[in-house]
Amino acid sequence: MSTATTYNYKVVRQFTIMTIVWGIVGMLVGVLIAAQLIWPALNFEIPWLTYGRLRPLHTNAVIFAFGGSALIGTSLYVVQRTCQTRLFANGLAGFVFWGWTLVIVLAAITLPLGLTSSKEYAELEWPIDILITVVWVAYAIVFFGTIMKRKTKHIYVANWFYGAFILTIALLHIVNNLEIPYSMTRSYSIYPGTIDAMVQWWYGHNAVGFFLTAGFLGMMYYFIPKQAGRPVYSYRLSIVHFWALISTYMWAGPHHLHYTALPDWTQSIGMVFSLILLAPSWGGMINGIMTLSGAWHKLRDDPIIRFLIVSLSFYGMSTFEGPMMSVKTVNALSHYTDWTIGHVHAGALGWVAMVTIGSTYALLPKLFAREQMYSTRLIEWHFWISTIGVVLYIAALWIAGVMQGLMWRAVNADGTLTYSFIQSIEQSYPFYVVRLIGGTLFFLGMFIMAYNAWKTIKAGESVDAPVAEPA
Amino acid sequence: MDINDFRGISTVLALIAFLGVCFWAYGKRQKQRFSEAANLIFDEEDERLNQRTLEEIKK
Repeated sequence: MSTATTYNYKVVRQFTIMTIVWGIVGMLVGVLIAAQLIWPALNFEIPWLTYGRLRPLHTNAVIFAFGGSALIGTSLYVVQRTCQTRLFANGLAGFVFWGWTLVIVLAAITLPLGLTSSKEYAELEWPIDILITVVWVAYAIVFFGTIMKRKTKHIYVANWFYGAFILTIALLHIVNNLEIPYSMTRSYSIYPGTIDAMVQWWYGHNAVGFFLTAGFLGMMYYFIPKQAGRPVYSYRLSIVHFWALISTYMWAGPHHLHYTALPDWTQSIGMVFSLILLAPSWGGMINGIMTLSGAWHKLRDDPIIRFLIVSLSFYGMSTFEGPMMSVKTVNALSHYTDWTIGHVHAGALGWVAMVTIGSTYALLPKLFAREQMYSTRLIEWHFWISTIGVVLYIAALWIAGVMQGLMWRAVNADGTLTYSFIQSIEQSYPFYVVRLIGGTLFFLGMFIMAYNAWKTIKAGESVDAPVAEPA
Repeated sequence: MDINDFRGISTVLALIAFLGVCFWAYGKRQKQRFSEAANLIFDEEDERLNQRTLEEIKK
Protein backbone atom coordinates (compact mmCIF):
# COMPACT_ATOMS: atom_id res chain seq x y z
CA MET A 1 0.00 0.00 0.00
CA SER A 2 1.37 3.41 -0.85
CA THR A 3 2.21 5.67 2.07
CA ALA A 4 -0.30 8.28 0.93
CA THR A 5 -3.14 6.00 1.92
CA THR A 6 -1.83 4.82 5.27
CA TYR A 7 -1.36 6.55 8.60
CA ASN A 8 2.19 7.27 9.74
CA TYR A 9 2.56 4.81 12.61
CA LYS A 10 6.34 4.69 12.49
CA VAL A 11 6.90 7.82 14.57
CA VAL A 12 4.14 6.74 16.97
CA ARG A 13 5.82 3.33 17.40
CA GLN A 14 9.16 5.01 18.12
CA PHE A 15 7.72 7.31 20.76
CA THR A 16 5.59 4.57 22.32
CA ILE A 17 8.52 2.20 22.79
CA MET A 18 10.68 5.00 24.17
CA THR A 19 7.88 5.91 26.59
CA ILE A 20 8.35 2.53 28.26
CA VAL A 21 12.16 2.74 28.13
CA TRP A 22 12.34 6.27 29.57
CA GLY A 23 9.72 5.36 32.17
CA ILE A 24 12.00 2.62 33.46
CA VAL A 25 15.10 4.86 33.36
CA GLY A 26 13.40 7.82 35.04
CA MET A 27 11.81 5.73 37.76
CA LEU A 28 15.09 3.88 38.38
CA VAL A 29 16.73 7.22 39.19
CA GLY A 30 13.74 8.04 41.41
CA VAL A 31 14.12 4.79 43.32
CA LEU A 32 17.86 5.42 43.74
CA ILE A 33 17.43 8.91 45.18
CA ALA A 34 14.59 7.73 47.44
CA ALA A 35 17.07 5.15 48.77
CA GLN A 36 19.74 7.85 49.16
CA LEU A 37 17.44 9.73 51.51
CA ILE A 38 17.54 6.69 53.78
CA TRP A 39 21.15 5.60 53.13
CA PRO A 40 23.16 8.67 52.05
CA ALA A 41 26.17 6.42 51.40
CA LEU A 42 24.43 5.28 48.21
CA ASN A 43 25.97 8.21 46.36
CA PHE A 44 29.28 6.27 46.68
CA GLU A 45 31.04 9.62 47.10
CA ILE A 46 30.87 10.07 43.32
CA PRO A 47 29.85 13.64 42.42
CA TRP A 48 27.76 12.49 39.44
CA LEU A 49 25.63 10.31 41.71
CA THR A 50 24.91 12.90 44.39
CA TYR A 51 21.32 13.66 45.26
CA GLY A 52 21.46 17.27 44.09
CA ARG A 53 22.42 16.23 40.56
CA LEU A 54 20.27 13.11 40.26
CA ARG A 55 17.09 14.75 41.49
CA PRO A 56 16.77 17.04 38.43
CA LEU A 57 17.74 14.08 36.27
CA HIS A 58 14.83 12.12 37.78
CA THR A 59 12.30 14.94 37.29
CA ASN A 60 13.45 15.68 33.74
CA ALA A 61 13.46 12.00 32.81
CA VAL A 62 9.99 11.21 34.09
CA ILE A 63 8.34 14.47 32.99
CA PHE A 64 10.00 15.21 29.66
CA ALA A 65 11.38 11.85 28.57
CA PHE A 66 8.63 9.49 29.80
CA GLY A 67 5.71 11.95 29.83
CA GLY A 68 6.95 13.87 26.80
CA SER A 69 7.40 10.79 24.63
CA ALA A 70 3.94 9.58 25.66
CA LEU A 71 2.36 12.94 24.83
CA ILE A 72 4.08 13.45 21.50
CA GLY A 73 3.54 9.82 20.46
CA THR A 74 -0.15 9.64 21.37
CA SER A 75 -0.88 13.13 20.02
CA LEU A 76 0.56 12.20 16.63
CA TYR A 77 -1.58 9.05 16.65
CA VAL A 78 -4.78 10.74 17.82
CA VAL A 79 -4.46 13.67 15.44
CA GLN A 80 -4.15 11.32 12.46
CA ARG A 81 -7.01 9.06 13.51
CA THR A 82 -9.45 11.84 14.36
CA CYS A 83 -8.53 13.99 11.33
CA GLN A 84 -8.59 10.87 9.13
CA THR A 85 -5.46 11.88 7.28
CA ARG A 86 -1.78 11.01 7.24
CA LEU A 87 0.61 13.26 9.17
CA PHE A 88 1.65 16.55 7.62
CA ALA A 89 5.44 16.68 6.90
CA ASN A 90 6.46 13.12 7.73
CA GLY A 91 10.17 13.83 7.46
CA LEU A 92 9.76 16.55 10.05
CA ALA A 93 7.96 14.05 12.31
CA GLY A 94 11.06 11.85 12.17
CA PHE A 95 13.15 14.87 13.13
CA VAL A 96 10.87 15.48 16.12
CA PHE A 97 11.57 11.96 17.38
CA TRP A 98 15.35 12.05 16.95
CA GLY A 99 15.58 15.66 18.12
CA TRP A 100 13.59 14.94 21.28
CA THR A 101 15.67 11.85 21.97
CA LEU A 102 18.86 13.91 21.54
CA VAL A 103 17.53 16.45 24.07
CA ILE A 104 16.96 13.64 26.57
CA VAL A 105 20.43 12.18 26.02
CA LEU A 106 22.01 15.62 26.46
CA ALA A 107 20.03 16.07 29.68
CA ALA A 108 21.25 12.70 30.93
CA ILE A 109 24.85 13.82 30.32
CA THR A 110 24.79 17.45 31.48
CA LEU A 111 22.69 17.15 34.63
CA PRO A 112 24.95 14.59 36.40
CA LEU A 113 27.91 16.79 35.39
CA GLY A 114 26.30 19.52 37.45
CA LEU A 115 25.55 21.79 34.49
CA THR A 116 22.30 23.50 35.38
CA SER A 117 20.58 26.85 35.01
CA SER A 118 19.08 26.05 38.45
CA LYS A 119 15.50 26.73 37.38
CA GLU A 120 13.33 23.88 38.60
CA TYR A 121 12.03 21.70 35.73
CA ALA A 122 13.95 24.02 33.35
CA GLU A 123 17.48 23.09 34.46
CA LEU A 124 18.91 22.46 31.02
CA GLU A 125 21.48 24.99 29.81
CA TRP A 126 20.96 27.39 26.93
CA PRO A 127 22.29 25.35 23.95
CA ILE A 128 19.88 22.54 24.88
CA ASP A 129 17.09 25.09 25.37
CA ILE A 130 17.59 26.23 21.78
CA LEU A 131 17.48 22.65 20.53
CA ILE A 132 14.23 22.09 22.48
CA THR A 133 12.73 25.18 20.84
CA VAL A 134 13.64 23.97 17.34
CA VAL A 135 12.23 20.48 17.99
CA TRP A 136 9.08 21.91 19.55
CA VAL A 137 8.41 24.22 16.60
CA ALA A 138 8.83 21.22 14.27
CA TYR A 139 6.37 19.27 16.44
CA ALA A 140 3.87 22.16 16.28
CA ILE A 141 4.17 22.30 12.47
CA VAL A 142 3.51 18.55 12.18
CA PHE A 143 0.57 18.61 14.60
CA PHE A 144 -1.20 21.76 13.40
CA GLY A 145 -0.36 20.97 9.77
CA THR A 146 -2.19 17.66 10.17
CA ILE A 147 -5.20 19.45 11.64
CA MET A 148 -5.20 21.87 8.72
CA LYS A 149 -5.29 19.06 6.14
CA ARG A 150 -7.94 17.09 8.03
CA LYS A 151 -10.63 15.25 6.10
CA THR A 152 -13.16 15.56 8.89
CA LYS A 153 -15.32 18.58 9.52
CA HIS A 154 -14.70 18.88 13.23
CA ILE A 155 -11.58 19.09 15.34
CA TYR A 156 -12.07 16.45 18.03
CA VAL A 157 -11.77 17.74 21.61
CA ALA A 158 -8.61 15.72 22.34
CA ASN A 159 -6.84 17.77 19.68
CA TRP A 160 -7.89 20.98 21.41
CA PHE A 161 -6.20 19.82 24.58
CA TYR A 162 -3.08 18.61 22.76
CA GLY A 163 -3.02 21.88 20.80
CA ALA A 164 -3.24 24.01 23.95
CA PHE A 165 -0.42 21.94 25.43
CA ILE A 166 1.83 22.46 22.39
CA LEU A 167 1.24 26.21 22.10
CA THR A 168 1.56 26.96 25.79
CA ILE A 169 4.70 24.89 26.31
CA ALA A 170 6.34 26.83 23.48
CA LEU A 171 5.44 30.11 25.15
CA LEU A 172 6.48 28.99 28.65
CA HIS A 173 9.75 27.45 27.54
CA ILE A 174 10.88 30.52 25.62
CA VAL A 175 9.88 33.15 28.19
CA ASN A 176 11.28 31.30 31.22
CA ASN A 177 14.57 30.42 29.53
CA LEU A 178 15.51 33.90 28.33
CA GLU A 179 19.07 34.02 29.58
CA ILE A 180 22.40 35.66 28.87
CA PRO A 181 25.04 33.08 27.91
CA TYR A 182 28.31 33.39 29.77
CA SER A 183 29.97 30.36 28.24
CA MET A 184 28.76 27.26 26.39
CA THR A 185 27.73 25.68 29.67
CA ARG A 186 26.76 28.69 31.83
CA SER A 187 24.14 31.39 31.57
CA TYR A 188 22.27 33.91 33.70
CA SER A 189 18.55 34.58 33.66
CA ILE A 190 17.62 38.00 32.27
CA TYR A 191 15.12 38.53 35.09
CA PRO A 192 16.15 40.01 38.43
CA GLY A 193 15.33 38.56 41.87
CA THR A 194 11.65 38.30 42.70
CA ILE A 195 10.61 38.75 39.07
CA ASP A 196 12.80 35.80 38.18
CA ALA A 197 11.07 33.73 40.87
CA MET A 198 7.64 34.74 39.57
CA VAL A 199 8.51 33.96 35.94
CA GLN A 200 9.96 30.63 37.07
CA TRP A 201 6.77 29.60 38.89
CA TRP A 202 4.51 30.98 36.20
CA TYR A 203 6.44 28.51 34.05
CA GLY A 204 6.56 25.83 36.73
CA HIS A 205 2.88 25.70 37.49
CA ASN A 206 1.86 25.93 33.87
CA ALA A 207 4.18 23.02 33.16
CA VAL A 208 1.89 21.19 35.57
CA GLY A 209 -1.21 22.72 33.99
CA PHE A 210 -0.40 22.28 30.34
CA PHE A 211 2.24 19.55 30.12
CA LEU A 212 1.02 17.29 32.92
CA THR A 213 -2.69 18.16 32.70
CA ALA A 214 -3.95 19.50 29.36
CA GLY A 215 -1.76 17.14 27.33
CA PHE A 216 -2.79 14.09 29.32
CA LEU A 217 -6.43 15.16 29.23
CA GLY A 218 -6.08 15.01 25.45
CA MET A 219 -4.90 11.43 25.87
CA MET A 220 -7.79 10.73 28.23
CA TYR A 221 -10.40 12.19 25.82
CA TYR A 222 -9.33 9.80 23.09
CA PHE A 223 -8.43 6.58 24.85
CA ILE A 224 -11.21 6.38 27.45
CA PRO A 225 -14.13 6.72 25.00
CA LYS A 226 -12.30 4.52 22.51
CA GLN A 227 -11.56 1.76 25.02
CA ALA A 228 -15.05 2.00 26.52
CA GLY A 229 -16.60 1.90 23.04
CA ARG A 230 -18.86 4.86 23.77
CA PRO A 231 -18.55 8.57 23.01
CA VAL A 232 -17.49 10.93 25.77
CA TYR A 233 -20.15 11.55 28.44
CA SER A 234 -20.68 15.22 27.60
CA TYR A 235 -19.01 16.92 24.69
CA ARG A 236 -20.43 20.25 25.88
CA LEU A 237 -18.84 19.86 29.28
CA SER A 238 -15.53 19.09 27.59
CA ILE A 239 -15.67 22.47 25.82
CA VAL A 240 -16.67 24.49 28.87
CA HIS A 241 -14.03 22.86 31.07
CA PHE A 242 -11.39 23.24 28.35
CA TRP A 243 -11.75 27.03 28.18
CA ALA A 244 -12.15 27.36 31.94
CA LEU A 245 -9.09 25.19 32.60
CA ILE A 246 -6.69 26.90 30.23
CA SER A 247 -7.70 30.42 31.18
CA THR A 248 -7.47 29.72 34.92
CA TYR A 249 -4.20 27.76 35.06
CA MET A 250 -2.23 30.73 33.70
CA TRP A 251 -2.65 32.65 36.98
CA ALA A 252 -2.10 29.97 39.61
CA GLY A 253 1.74 30.10 39.70
CA PRO A 254 2.20 32.53 42.63
CA HIS A 255 0.97 29.87 45.11
CA HIS A 256 4.50 28.43 44.86
CA LEU A 257 5.78 31.65 46.41
CA HIS A 258 3.52 32.13 49.47
CA TYR A 259 5.18 34.06 52.30
CA THR A 260 8.13 35.11 50.14
CA ALA A 261 9.27 38.51 48.82
CA LEU A 262 6.49 38.33 46.22
CA PRO A 263 3.89 41.06 46.89
CA ASP A 264 0.96 39.87 49.01
CA TRP A 265 -1.67 40.74 46.39
CA THR A 266 0.12 38.54 43.83
CA GLN A 267 0.15 35.66 46.30
CA SER A 268 -3.59 36.15 46.86
CA ILE A 269 -4.31 36.10 43.12
CA GLY A 270 -2.40 32.82 42.85
CA MET A 271 -4.37 31.37 45.73
CA VAL A 272 -7.79 32.45 44.41
CA PHE A 273 -7.15 31.16 40.91
CA SER A 274 -5.88 27.88 42.35
CA LEU A 275 -9.12 27.50 44.30
CA ILE A 276 -11.20 28.21 41.17
CA LEU A 277 -9.21 25.51 39.36
CA LEU A 278 -11.00 22.82 41.32
CA ALA A 279 -14.12 23.29 39.15
CA PRO A 280 -12.68 22.83 35.64
CA SER A 281 -10.38 20.06 36.89
CA TRP A 282 -13.27 18.08 38.29
CA GLY A 283 -15.24 18.82 35.13
CA GLY A 284 -12.66 16.78 33.24
CA MET A 285 -12.60 14.02 35.82
CA ILE A 286 -16.39 13.69 35.91
CA ASN A 287 -16.60 13.74 32.13
CA GLY A 288 -14.05 10.93 31.83
CA ILE A 289 -15.45 8.72 34.55
CA MET A 290 -19.09 9.19 33.50
CA THR A 291 -18.19 8.04 30.00
CA LEU A 292 -18.42 4.58 31.54
CA SER A 293 -21.97 5.30 32.69
CA GLY A 294 -24.10 2.35 31.67
CA ALA A 295 -21.02 0.20 31.07
CA TRP A 296 -19.56 0.00 34.56
CA HIS A 297 -18.98 -3.73 34.16
CA LYS A 298 -16.02 -2.86 31.95
CA LEU A 299 -14.24 -1.70 35.06
CA ARG A 300 -14.32 -5.29 36.25
CA ASP A 301 -13.54 -6.98 32.96
CA ASP A 302 -10.96 -4.72 31.38
CA PRO A 303 -7.79 -3.82 33.30
CA ILE A 304 -6.94 -1.18 30.68
CA ILE A 305 -10.16 0.68 31.46
CA ARG A 306 -9.33 0.28 35.14
CA PHE A 307 -5.93 1.94 34.64
CA LEU A 308 -7.61 4.82 32.82
CA ILE A 309 -10.45 5.33 35.27
CA VAL A 310 -8.26 4.98 38.39
CA SER A 311 -5.90 7.54 36.86
CA LEU A 312 -8.84 9.95 36.75
CA SER A 313 -9.61 9.21 40.40
CA PHE A 314 -6.06 10.18 41.30
CA TYR A 315 -6.44 13.25 39.08
CA GLY A 316 -9.55 14.25 41.00
CA MET A 317 -7.79 13.61 44.29
CA SER A 318 -4.72 15.67 43.50
CA THR A 319 -6.73 18.51 41.95
CA PHE A 320 -8.69 18.69 45.20
CA GLU A 321 -5.53 18.52 47.29
CA GLY A 322 -3.74 21.16 45.17
CA PRO A 323 -6.26 23.99 45.66
CA MET A 324 -6.40 23.12 49.35
CA MET A 325 -2.60 23.35 49.66
CA SER A 326 -2.60 26.68 47.85
CA VAL A 327 -4.64 28.26 50.67
CA LYS A 328 -2.10 30.40 52.50
CA THR A 329 -2.81 29.03 55.97
CA VAL A 330 -2.58 25.41 54.78
CA ASN A 331 0.52 26.28 52.77
CA ALA A 332 2.13 27.66 55.94
CA LEU A 333 2.08 24.08 57.19
CA SER A 334 2.70 22.16 53.97
CA HIS A 335 5.30 24.26 52.15
CA TYR A 336 8.85 22.84 52.05
CA THR A 337 7.65 19.56 53.61
CA ASP A 338 7.34 16.12 52.00
CA TRP A 339 3.59 16.65 51.76
CA THR A 340 4.35 18.58 48.56
CA ILE A 341 6.36 15.67 47.20
CA GLY A 342 3.48 13.33 48.08
CA HIS A 343 1.02 15.64 46.29
CA VAL A 344 3.21 15.76 43.19
CA HIS A 345 3.43 11.97 43.05
CA ALA A 346 -0.33 11.54 43.50
CA GLY A 347 -0.50 13.50 40.26
CA ALA A 348 2.59 12.14 38.56
CA LEU A 349 2.26 8.43 39.39
CA GLY A 350 -1.48 8.23 40.00
CA TRP A 351 -2.67 10.42 37.15
CA VAL A 352 0.06 10.99 34.55
CA ALA A 353 1.78 7.60 34.67
CA MET A 354 -1.41 5.55 35.00
CA VAL A 355 -3.24 7.28 32.17
CA THR A 356 -0.10 6.82 30.06
CA ILE A 357 0.15 3.14 30.95
CA GLY A 358 -3.52 2.54 30.18
CA SER A 359 -3.29 4.40 26.88
CA THR A 360 -0.10 2.57 25.91
CA TYR A 361 -1.76 -0.81 26.54
CA ALA A 362 -4.65 0.31 24.32
CA LEU A 363 -2.38 1.72 21.62
CA LEU A 364 0.42 -0.82 21.33
CA PRO A 365 -1.57 -3.70 19.76
CA LYS A 366 -2.96 -1.31 17.14
CA LEU A 367 0.53 -0.21 16.16
CA PHE A 368 1.70 -3.78 15.66
CA ALA A 369 -1.41 -5.23 14.02
CA ARG A 370 -2.50 -7.28 17.02
CA GLU A 371 -5.98 -7.73 18.46
CA GLN A 372 -4.78 -7.09 22.00
CA MET A 373 -1.79 -7.20 24.30
CA TYR A 374 0.09 -10.47 24.73
CA SER A 375 -1.27 -11.01 28.23
CA THR A 376 -4.28 -9.42 29.92
CA ARG A 377 -3.35 -11.17 33.17
CA LEU A 378 -0.05 -9.31 33.26
CA ILE A 379 -1.89 -6.00 32.80
CA GLU A 380 -3.99 -7.02 35.78
CA TRP A 381 -0.83 -7.65 37.81
CA HIS A 382 0.66 -4.37 36.68
CA PHE A 383 -2.49 -2.55 37.73
CA TRP A 384 -2.48 -3.88 41.28
CA ILE A 385 1.25 -3.52 41.84
CA SER A 386 1.29 0.10 40.70
CA THR A 387 -1.91 1.02 42.56
CA ILE A 388 -0.55 -0.37 45.82
CA GLY A 389 2.75 1.39 45.09
CA VAL A 390 1.12 4.81 44.62
CA VAL A 391 -1.03 4.48 47.71
CA LEU A 392 1.95 3.52 49.90
CA TYR A 393 4.00 6.35 48.42
CA ILE A 394 1.51 9.17 48.94
CA ALA A 395 0.21 7.98 52.31
CA ALA A 396 3.76 7.84 53.68
CA LEU A 397 4.59 11.34 52.52
CA TRP A 398 1.30 12.81 53.76
CA ILE A 399 2.12 11.63 57.25
CA ALA A 400 5.79 12.60 57.00
CA GLY A 401 4.93 16.02 55.56
CA VAL A 402 2.32 17.00 58.14
CA MET A 403 4.63 15.76 60.89
CA GLN A 404 7.54 17.83 59.56
CA GLY A 405 5.34 20.93 59.28
CA LEU A 406 4.11 20.53 62.85
CA MET A 407 7.62 19.92 64.22
CA TRP A 408 9.08 22.95 62.43
CA ARG A 409 6.44 25.34 63.74
CA ALA A 410 6.40 24.06 67.34
CA VAL A 411 7.74 26.66 69.77
CA ASN A 412 8.42 26.55 73.50
CA ALA A 413 6.88 28.99 75.97
CA ASP A 414 10.01 31.16 75.77
CA GLY A 415 9.74 31.39 71.96
CA THR A 416 12.57 29.01 71.10
CA LEU A 417 12.03 26.17 68.62
CA THR A 418 10.97 22.88 70.20
CA TYR A 419 12.72 20.70 67.64
CA SER A 420 15.91 21.00 65.65
CA PHE A 421 15.68 20.37 61.92
CA ILE A 422 17.63 17.11 62.17
CA GLN A 423 15.06 15.75 64.63
CA SER A 424 12.35 16.11 61.99
CA ILE A 425 14.52 14.18 59.54
CA GLU A 426 15.14 11.45 62.06
CA GLN A 427 11.40 11.07 62.60
CA SER A 428 10.86 10.87 58.83
CA TYR A 429 13.01 7.77 58.25
CA PRO A 430 10.26 5.14 58.67
CA PHE A 431 8.12 7.02 56.15
CA TYR A 432 11.01 7.28 53.72
CA VAL A 433 11.29 3.50 53.89
CA VAL A 434 7.56 3.10 53.08
CA ARG A 435 7.97 5.60 50.24
CA LEU A 436 10.88 3.61 48.85
CA ILE A 437 8.79 0.43 48.96
CA GLY A 438 5.90 2.16 47.18
CA GLY A 439 8.15 3.65 44.54
CA THR A 440 9.93 0.34 43.99
CA LEU A 441 6.59 -1.44 43.46
CA PHE A 442 5.58 1.12 40.85
CA PHE A 443 8.99 0.76 39.20
CA LEU A 444 8.69 -3.06 39.09
CA GLY A 445 5.30 -2.68 37.41
CA MET A 446 7.05 -0.99 34.51
CA PHE A 447 9.07 -4.17 33.89
CA ILE A 448 5.88 -6.22 33.69
CA MET A 449 4.73 -3.74 31.07
CA ALA A 450 8.03 -3.89 29.18
CA TYR A 451 7.87 -7.71 29.05
CA ASN A 452 4.23 -7.67 27.92
CA ALA A 453 5.02 -5.05 25.28
CA TRP A 454 8.04 -6.98 24.04
CA LYS A 455 6.00 -10.18 23.63
CA THR A 456 3.23 -8.26 21.84
CA ILE A 457 5.65 -6.59 19.46
CA LYS A 458 7.45 -9.87 18.74
CA ALA A 459 4.20 -11.60 17.81
CA GLY A 460 3.03 -8.60 15.80
CA GLU A 461 4.00 -6.83 12.64
CA SER A 462 4.69 -3.17 11.94
CA VAL A 463 1.74 -2.51 9.67
CA ASP A 464 0.42 0.99 9.03
CA ALA A 465 -3.36 1.08 9.01
CA PRO A 466 -5.08 2.50 5.90
CA VAL A 467 -6.46 6.02 6.18
CA ALA A 468 -10.19 5.96 6.84
CA GLU A 469 -12.55 6.97 4.05
CA PRO A 470 -14.24 10.24 5.00
CA ALA A 471 -17.82 9.54 5.93
CA MET B 1 -10.12 55.42 35.94
CA ASP B 2 -8.18 53.92 38.80
CA ILE B 3 -6.91 50.39 39.28
CA ASN B 4 -10.11 49.27 41.05
CA ASP B 5 -12.27 50.14 38.03
CA PHE B 6 -9.94 48.07 35.94
CA ARG B 7 -10.23 45.16 38.38
CA GLY B 8 -14.01 45.39 38.37
CA ILE B 9 -14.27 45.58 34.59
CA SER B 10 -11.90 42.68 34.01
CA THR B 11 -13.84 40.50 36.45
CA VAL B 12 -17.11 41.29 34.68
CA LEU B 13 -15.55 40.63 31.26
CA ALA B 14 -14.21 37.27 32.46
CA LEU B 15 -17.67 36.36 33.76
CA ILE B 16 -19.30 37.33 30.46
CA ALA B 17 -16.74 35.28 28.52
CA PHE B 18 -17.40 32.25 30.72
CA LEU B 19 -21.17 32.55 30.45
CA GLY B 20 -20.79 33.05 26.71
CA VAL B 21 -18.90 29.79 26.36
CA CYS B 22 -21.51 28.02 28.51
CA PHE B 23 -24.48 29.34 26.51
CA TRP B 24 -22.75 28.58 23.24
CA ALA B 25 -21.78 25.04 24.25
CA TYR B 26 -25.17 24.18 25.75
CA GLY B 27 -27.15 25.81 22.97
CA LYS B 28 -29.44 23.65 20.84
CA ARG B 29 -27.66 24.57 17.63
CA GLN B 30 -24.45 22.80 18.57
CA LYS B 31 -26.08 19.52 19.55
CA GLN B 32 -25.83 17.80 16.20
CA ARG B 33 -22.30 19.07 15.56
CA PHE B 34 -21.07 17.91 18.94
CA SER B 35 -22.48 14.42 18.63
CA GLU B 36 -20.80 14.10 15.24
CA ALA B 37 -17.53 15.33 16.73
CA ALA B 38 -17.82 13.03 19.73
CA ASN B 39 -18.16 10.07 17.38
CA LEU B 40 -15.09 10.98 15.32
CA ILE B 41 -12.99 8.53 17.29
CA PHE B 42 -15.04 5.65 15.94
CA ASP B 43 -13.99 5.14 12.33
CA GLU B 44 -14.58 2.39 9.82
CA GLU B 45 -13.19 -0.37 12.01
CA ASP B 46 -15.85 0.42 14.58
CA GLU B 47 -18.68 1.11 12.22
CA ARG B 48 -21.13 -1.11 14.03
CA LEU B 49 -20.24 0.52 17.31
CA ASN B 50 -20.56 3.93 15.77
CA GLN B 51 -24.02 3.16 14.48
CA ARG B 52 -25.14 1.96 17.89
CA THR B 53 -23.87 4.97 19.77
CA LEU B 54 -25.41 7.37 17.26
CA GLU B 55 -28.74 5.65 17.72
CA GLU B 56 -28.36 5.95 21.48
CA ILE B 57 -27.84 9.68 21.16
CA LYS B 58 -30.83 10.15 18.91
CA LYS B 59 -33.08 8.50 21.48
